[in-house]
Parts: sequence; C-alpha cells; structure tokens
Amino acid sequence: MALFTVQNLSLAYEGRHVIDKLSFTVEQGDYLCIVGENGSGKSTLLRGLLGMISPTAGRILRGDGLGRRDMGYLPQQTKQQRDFPASVEEVVRTGCLNRAALLPAPDTRSKVEQNLRRLGIDDLRRRPYAHLSGGQQQRVLLARALCAAEKLLLLDEPTAGLDPMASTELYRLIDSLHREGLTVIMVTHDIPHAMEYATHILHLGTGSHWFGTAQTYGKSDRGFTGGDRHA
Amino acid sequence: MHNFFSIFEYAFMRRALIAGTVVALCAALLGVSLVLRRYAMIGDGLSHVAFGAVSVATALHLSPLWVAIPVVMLAAVLLLAAGEREGKRGDASVAMLSTASLAIGVLAMAGKSTDVYSYMFGSILAVRTEEMWLCLLLGAGVLVFFLLFRDRILSLTFDEGFARATGQRIGGVRLALALFTAVTVVLGMRLMGTLLISALVLFPAMSAMRICRRFGHVLTAAGIISAVCFIVGLCVSYAFDLAPGATVVAANLAVYALLSLVRR
Repeated sequence: MALFTVQNLSLAYEGRHVIDKLSFTVEQGDYLCIVGENGSGKSTLLRGLLGMISPTAGRILRGDGLGRRDMGYLPQQTKQQRDFPASVEEVVRTGCLNRAALLPAPDTRSKVEQNLRRLGIDDLRRRPYAHLSGGQQQRVLLARALCAAEKLLLLDEPTAGLDPMASTELYRLIDSLHREGLTVIMVTHDIPHAMEYATHILHLGTGSHWFGTAQTYGKSDRGFTGGDRHA
Repeated sequence: MHNFFSIFEYAFMRRALIAGTVVALCAALLGVSLVLRRYAMIGDGLSHVAFGAVSVATALHLSPLWVAIPVVMLAAVLLLAAGEREGKRGDASVAMLSTASLAIGVLAMAGKSTDVYSYMFGSILAVRTEEMWLCLLLGAGVLVFFLLFRDRILSLTFDEGFARATGQRIGGVRLALALFTAVTVVLGMRLMGTLLISALVLFPAMSAMRICRRFGHVLTAAGIISAVCFIVGLCVSYAFDLAPGATVVAANLAVYALLSLVRR
C-alpha cells in the first residue's frame, strides 16, 4: 500500500478553502515536489499530510503503518528562530523527543551524532545556532528532522531565503538522502530544481490540480508555463 | 540607615530573603521560555489578576493566597491558550483581563484601610511563614521540572509546530509552564508588588540572552542573575527603607544595561 493515498481532499486554512478535490498517491521511495502559486495551499497540504489539520472533505489514508512518529518535518523558519539562543546540538536533540517516554530516549546521543555527521555539520555542534548561515541552519533543522524519522521527510520550502549556491547544495544533500532510501515530500517554488531531482510533481492550481511523474510534467502545459515563469 | 548586619536578625527579613530569592529564580527560568515564545506580557496580566483576586478575597474575608492561586492558574491557562488560538489578538485579551482585574481589585478595596501602595510596589513585611514554605515547594518543583524536561521545554519554545507535527508530547510541558508561572506570580506579588513582579519574568531572561548563546546557559545565567539581583535589591531596600520591588527591578535594570554594553 502507498504511504499516502489522498482522495478527493479538501482543506481549509483559517476558515478559507484552499484545496479542493485533490487526489494523489505517494509510494515508498518517491520524491514528490509540490509546486504552485502563493496561496494555492502547498503548506496547508503539508500540514494535512502531517495530521496537524483535518480535511473538510475527502480523506488522507496512511499506509504501511505510517504514524506521526515516522515523519520528519522541516517547517519554514520564523524570524525569531533565526536568532534563537541554542547550540546546534541542543536543537538537533529536540528531534529525538518523539520517541521519548518521560525522559529522553537512551540512544539520543548516538542518534544526534550520526545525523550531524550524515549532514556534514558535526564540526558545528557546539556553535550557537544564531551564528550560522542560512544554509547551515537548514542543515541543522534537517538533522533534527532525521532524528525524528528515518523513513519520510516533509520539507516546506527548504531553500527559501538561501543564496543560489546554498540552495543547490541543499538540493544535492536532499537528493543523496533520497538515494539512501528516504521518501521525500517537498514544497518548493523552484521548478527547475524540482524537475531535476523529483520523481513526481504535484502542481496545485486554483481551479484544477496536476499530478504525475516529473518527466511527463516537463512535457505538459503546466510544466512549460511553470518553468517559463521561474526561468 | 540601619546597621547592615541587623538585616538577618529579623525573622521577616529572613523570610523575605528566602522566599524572594526562590521566587526570583523561578520567575527567571520560566521567563526564558515566555520571552522567547513572545508571551512577555503574560506575567504582567497575571499579576493584575492576582491583585483582583487578593482584593476580592480580602473583602470577603477569605484567604487571599488560596483564592488567588487557583484563579491565576485558570487565567494563565486561558491566556496561553488564547494566545495560541488567536495569534496577535491574544494581546488584547491579556490587556482586557489585566485592566478589568485591576479595576475590580480597586473597587473591592474601597473603604478598607488597606495600603494600596504596598500592593502595587511591594512590601518587605509581606511574607508570612506559610508563604515562605510554599515558595520553597514551588522552587523545588520548578527546579526538578527544568532539570528533567529541559529538552522538551526547548522544543516547545523553539518550534512548537515541529514538536506537534512529529508527535512529541509537549501539552503537559506547556500546561506545567503556565501553572508554575501562575503560582510564581501570586507568591512573588506581595513582595515585589503587582506592577513590578513581571519584571522578574523579563529582565533576567533578557540579560542572560545578551551574553549566552546556548539554551542551557541562558537558563543558568538567568537564574543566577535573578537571584543575585533580588538579594542585592532587598538589602538596598532594607538599608534605605525603599519599596523592595522597585530596588530589585533597579538592580535588574543595572545588570541589563551593563550587559548591553558587552559586545556579542
């Protein structure tokens, strides 16, 4: 069974309908990019998949015993987080808390260690989070997400606010995680990069939605107009 | 000016010193999370609610402490929940609740000989033995809570959305922070004054963040700064016969100003 089977889904954000009659599936090992204009409900959909908001109609079926504790999440960073007084290690540790009963899980330290190394930031562990560059901060939050879940990552515009070099690097990093076997669902504005790495594209429009593989997206009208606009 | 060492000869001073230091420590620890979550005005709102509750209880010949604690706990839970639900509008709820409570408190006191000034700016004589023991109990609770759940408090403070999305159990931590804040405000109010108790929530946290860049260090530094400022402030207040709340806040202000000069 697919990780997510979404059927005729409608979602609302602050009382306003943003998604209507949406259907798609996500299989294990997929790399799905969700694209679309501002306000088309990309982040809302992500919150729906995470189970943070409930559908107003339709359903989201989770397969393969997928629970909330199997999903790693990289939210959009807020301004106050950028200046937050915490060390890299302290931030990454908080990712391990979903497996904690009352006290932190015993393998917290090794898990933190492993994911810091995996993302190439183990030399930053004692550094203040607020002193890092945007790209480094995203890596820290990615390490935190990986501590929370091994199988599935949901990313909300991970490259927003990064310079082109840092964006490209982050895309490569996420690609390598996908190659390691992680399922990736990412909201992005960056259609060229989405088409380069994603296996599937979901384009949210105000009237209708488009879902298919990245190759067919390139040949469709949507892909052309989308790519053109962002070129 | 009194002889400085006579300070410890009086039982009321010893009580004020012990209770106040513990309350200052608790307020600082709780304040770090509140300030970072943009709930800085909660302390102010709660102290006004506490004032209203204490005045009404006094007018009705009930125990001020045992009326104020549950009332302020309820207000803390409501305000923190409202802040989460309504975002910026939570601001208005805090302001309405706090001014309304102040007005009710003043009306309840009408015609009584109670000294409103001491309620507003604190009194050194205010701590009774019962309150001192409650303060010590609170202090033990808050310390154990922060030692055991530091990671969870950080998670809630840094990114509640992530915590909830990934299935972390943080509802209890959030509630405990609200309840501890309520008790801290009620117990600190008589000593520090209604108008000044919220400074204990704000200043040490702000000062600590000037010099510390790790969450654990911020908590430790805030606690130390707050306790030291309280002790110094209380001694000065005793020596010069000033309102203790004001001298403690002045000490905190001095530390903050000094640390603001430190380059980060």
